[in-house]
Amino acid sequence: MEIINFDNLKYFFILVLYVLAIIGPLLIAVAFLTYLERKVIALVQYRKGPNVVGFFGLLQPFADGVKLFSKETIIPASSSKLIFVLAPMISFSLSLIAWSVIPVSENIVLSNINVGILYLFAVSSLSIYGIIMAGWASNSKYAFLGALRSAAQMVSYEVSIGFVIVTVLLCVGSLNLSNIVLAQKNCWFVLPLFPMFVVFVISALAETNRAPFDLPEDESALVAGYFTEYSSMLFAMFFLGEYSAMILMSSLGTILFLGGWLAPFDNEIFNAIPGFIWFFLKVGVLLFIFLWVRATLPRFRYDQLMRLGWKVFLPLSLLWVVLTATFLIFFDLLPNFES
Amino acid sequence: MNLFFFLFSSITVLSCVAVISSRNPVHSVFFLILAFVNSAGIFVLAGAEFLAMILLIVYVGAVAVLFLFVVMMLNIGVDEIKVQAKKYMFSGVLVAFILLLELIFSFSNLDVIYQKSNQDVYKLPNTHEIGNILYTNYFLPFQIAGCILLVAMLGAIILTLRKREGVLRQDISEQVSREKKDSIEIIKIGKK
Repeated sequence: MEIINFDNLKYFFILVLYVLAIIGPLLIAVAFLTYLERKVIALVQYRKGPNVVGFFGLLQPFADGVKLFSKETIIPASSSKLIFVLAPMISFSLSLIAWSVIPVSENIVLSNINVGILYLFAVSSLSIYGIIMAGWASNSKYAFLGALRSAAQMVSYEVSIGFVIVTVLLCVGSLNLSNIVLAQKNCWFVLPLFPMFVVFVISALAETNRAPFDLPEDESALVAGYFTEYSSMLFAMFFLGEYSAMILMSSLGTILFLGGWLAPFDNEIFNAIPGFIWFFLKVGVLLFIFLWVRATLPRFRYDQLMRLGWKVFLPLSLLWVVLTATFLIFFDLLPNFES
Repeated sequence: MNLFFFLFSSITVLSCVAVISSRNPVHSVFFLILAFVNSAGIFVLAGAEFLAMILLIVYVGAVAVLFLFVVMMLNIGVDEIKVQAKKYMFSGVLVAFILLLELIFSFSNLDVIYQKSNQDVYKLPNTHEIGNILYTNYFLPFQIAGCILLVAMLGAIILTLRKREGVLRQDISEQVSREKKDSIEIIKIGKK
């Protein structure tokens, strides 16, 4: 059993380079997303937003990063220390590992696995643990309440996201993310499955704990929710994790409904633009919806959130799954997979 | 491959031991989750990526979350568990014994099961393969399992469903359909 030989080392080295090539731009994107969020909300509220550090305040996220780095890490005395430190790390790394299967363009993907969509779904359902662990380990009532809310909320909305994914898969016949995009060559799924797209976007807001579903960090009632006790880099990891999860959900929406890297119309001018640019444009549009919603809507009450998830989205998405399946079988449109 | 197998399996076994030996029930649940995640890793190594993902989604993403939820809320002390554990010792041992017998039985018939499921493996992605087998050869058991789960779900709902008097609930359609004339009445006071 030779574990370490030259080929393995080379393979490992190339893999590390690939991973860095994904994580580096991702972290920069996250940094600028925080900037973009403040700018968009400022524009909505007729303010200027960050405009002091660098041109148009462009260096603001880096100033914030330096500030968070240089702060003292405070670990509460009565907390469960190991879990307290592990929680933000889990939250952050889970939001990164999901990127290994995202096809940014036709052949630009780290690992094109057969069950890509299930992998994404699994990772997004795991991300709840960072929050629960943080809430429990902090040994503080606000953090704990935030974590409990988040657990119930994410489990509820995962159900409807699951059904949305099933609907799309019925039309594709494959769990592979690249195949899902290629199946939309003629028509993006957002057109025939528009109600599911709406359900997906709203559930994505709930799944990433964003406004108007940011009850886990309800600052008017729970101080800061599950990360009340966190400071410095541990806090920054939650922050990065949340924003990277936003970008991830937007990419998932792009892949499922907006045709991934495909150009809007199949003509030569549009096809000349590389696929990843289309991909990032679409992700940008969905991200803008995230920010726009945050600036516009007030926070939901908890019972409203639960009712929307279980009494509106669940029946609606179930019905749509049955309708789609019926339609596909009736008109004999069920996709034939190639093995 | 071997390296990863030993990594995953040793962590699984160790965390299983930690589940029953750790003093804090919440830590036990965390170790249980670790065991689940690592067994998903073993599934991936065995080429059963669909099962691995389903294990993660169902057990780690949903079941264990609710489990954790309950254990955190209960806030059980260690002493209580010790007392409880003695009370349930007999049934626990019984269940473990039955499980052991079942395992021995199924492993002694392993070649039969293996042949049955190994017919067309690797011709199709194993998601398709599982779907093909589940909805043809094992259609009836699959449906029966679904019905059993449905009954369990209905049972749980009926056990916990209760109507409380005097609880104010929001009715959105009622709110939206409310009009000016329903809520405002103009009364003239005094004589002209």
